[in-house]
Amino acid sequence: MSALLTVKNLGTFFSTPRGTLRAVDGIDFEIPVGGTLGVVGESGSGKSVTALSVMRLVDRPGRIMDDSTIEFDGQDLTALDEQAMEKIRGNDISMIFQEPMTSLNPVFTVGDQIAEAVKLHQQVSQKEALDRAIEMMKLVGVPSPERRVHDYPHQMSGGMRQRVMIAMALSCNPKLLIADEPTTALDATIQAQILELMRELRERLGMAILLITHDLGVIAEMVDEVAVMYAGRIVERGPVADIFRSPQHPYTEALLQSIPLLGMRYTTPLKAIRGMVPSPLDWPTGCRFGPRCDYFFDRCATEDPQLITVGRQESACWLCEGGARVPGAVPAAS
Amino acid sequence: MSTNGTNAGDAPTPVTTPEHPDVLLEARGVRKYFPVKKGMLKRTVAQLQAVDGVDLEIYPGETVGLVGESGCGKSTLGRTLLRLLEPTEGEIRFDGVDLVGLKGAALKEMRRHMQIVFQDSVGSLDPRMSVGDIVGEGLRIHGIGTREERKRQVFEVLDRVGLSREAAERYPHQFSGGQRQRIGLARALVLQPKFIVADEPVSALDVSIQSQVLNLLVELKQEFNLTYLFVAHDLAVVGYISDRVAVMYLGKVVEFATSEDLFLRPLHPYTQALLSANPEPIPGREIKRIVLTGDVPSPINPPSGCRFRTRCPLAQQICSEVEPALEENGEGHTVACHFAGELVPETAPLIG
Repeated sequence: MSALLTVKNLGTFFSTPRGTLRAVDGIDFEIPVGGTLGVVGESGSGKSVTALSVMRLVDRPGRIMDDSTIEFDGQDLTALDEQAMEKIRGNDISMIFQEPMTSLNPVFTVGDQIAEAVKLHQQVSQKEALDRAIEMMKLVGVPSPERRVHDYPHQMSGGMRQRVMIAMALSCNPKLLIADEPTTALDATIQAQILELMRELRERLGMAILLITHDLGVIAEMVDEVAVMYAGRIVERGPVADIFRSPQHPYTEALLQSIPLLGMRYTTPLKAIRGMVPSPLDWPTGCRFGPRCDYFFDRCATEDPQLITVGRQESACWLCEGGARVPGAVPAAS
Repeated sequence: MSTNGTNAGDAPTPVTTPEHPDVLLEARGVRKYFPVKKGMLKRTVAQLQAVDGVDLEIYPGETVGLVGESGCGKSTLGRTLLRLLEPTEGEIRFDGVDLVGLKGAALKEMRRHMQIVFQDSVGSLDPRMSVGDIVGEGLRIHGIGTREERKRQVFEVLDRVGLSREAAERYPHQFSGGQRQRIGLARALVLQPKFIVADEPVSALDVSIQSQVLNLLVELKQEFNLTYLFVAHDLAVVGYISDRVAVMYLGKVVEFATSEDLFLRPLHPYTQALLSANPEPIPGREIKRIVLTGDVPSPINPPSGCRFRTRCPLAQQICSEVEPALEENGEGHTVACHFAGELVPETAPLIG
């Protein structure tokens, strides 16, 4: 499979009065045509800024660094001017956000908003665009779309609004859909509906998906490949099944152990990662996870580990040098 | 920091007879309606039935979980039980005292024993007060100790929730979400309450911080003989921390069982749907998901009969006519469904 999106050495920095905030600090990833990649991480890990960077939606004081490349479908997006980028956004790459209410315009009907997206990219009349809107709303499972097309966003429930967002995002048959926490604001049973819908649409339309989420459960269900982000970096990546079965980075391991699974009881304490995420104004030297890591040893304090291949996975941890990390093994601090 | 096992003395096995002498909090037929007002004259045009007839007993030393989706009334119920909201109808007895008729000094005295921790640690901590003042405010209001003694107690409780003494001099905005949740816990603990309502205490936190706070809650409960009502939307989290779990839907409890029993033998189709909707971090898991259609109906005009029937895969004629009562189905397991247990649960293999 050829790559649809190839991101190399992506750095997105923000100038602030207190110094340079390195939100995304040198990451590489690839999504094949029709493939899925999940980016998982906690607040401040840089996952959402990664998504915005691919869309070239980073506003000042944020800046995509000069030596970054974002190659999409054969062209480098970082080299495009705003006009050319606008043609790609919504047409070839679409994005859905966590909170559909703030992404939809409250004073226009949802039908008008989907139709506008269609007209922006395709030469069609208002009537044709509205028909397309109804068709899209039917596709995403909005009941009686001929009627609901005239609804304003506030007249819809959270789940229905997210369906409308998806309809709008897919109205121009994008090659890549970026979904940033698409179900985080939704209730469990509604989340299940939306995830089901996204899976079904992906099978039917064949678009690639870049899914950004903090929820490891959603990752397990939705994507084939996963990249775990921490402190502006990808610390581990590979096939979901491998990473969840045998995480190679101590951060991934700790994350997986910190969530209660259904049926777990308080008699078994959860894994707690000590401390908190460091400040992006001042990432720790050496390994950025070092200060919170159970396996920390002297090398981690000074040398910054890069991704090291372990089987089908890659992990940025010194313990992975020369093969798989032995789980639970703490190196003797010399 | 021991979290293994509980002493037989401080965590009695829950017994579900309402007359049980040990009961700490007992609610009977609690309703909380909010008037819906319209027009210039603000006439009441309807009632939003947030909580509509809930019976509940909570025993000393146990954690009862309340789980449900937005708008099911779980937070309203939690607040009504503390009488932070006035119940529209029903009885609430805490430690044998009827809370509903209580006023003034008597109510204030009861409040010492019942505290709340909120989800929104930004909105619930006064940004202009130092952490020391926030945590010590309860002591001051109840006139406990001298200034020096209060200061010492504040330090002690800050230390216990994992914050430094220096934290007392600082302000809420200088702390991260997880630390602010610890401040909220310290504030609740300082009066040495018997009962704490924890309203979505970890929902806004990152997973690595969530586990820190959950572990802390478990430790504190054992150390101080606390009883919790844990309100949350995340079934795995509620099941983890609770001894017994009540599942709410549109203002009613639809199923109530021990945490183990609820996961192994869910009987209400809504509980089963909730369980199957939970995305588990286990790739390749084969799930026969019960995907519910539609949205939760409005609590202003809930469906007749069983409130879940509009989304229920089992619904029959009777469900729209007769409201199912919460009935015993196995020991200590109650469920409100005409066809309880008839939906073949695909969820049992979920938790092998």
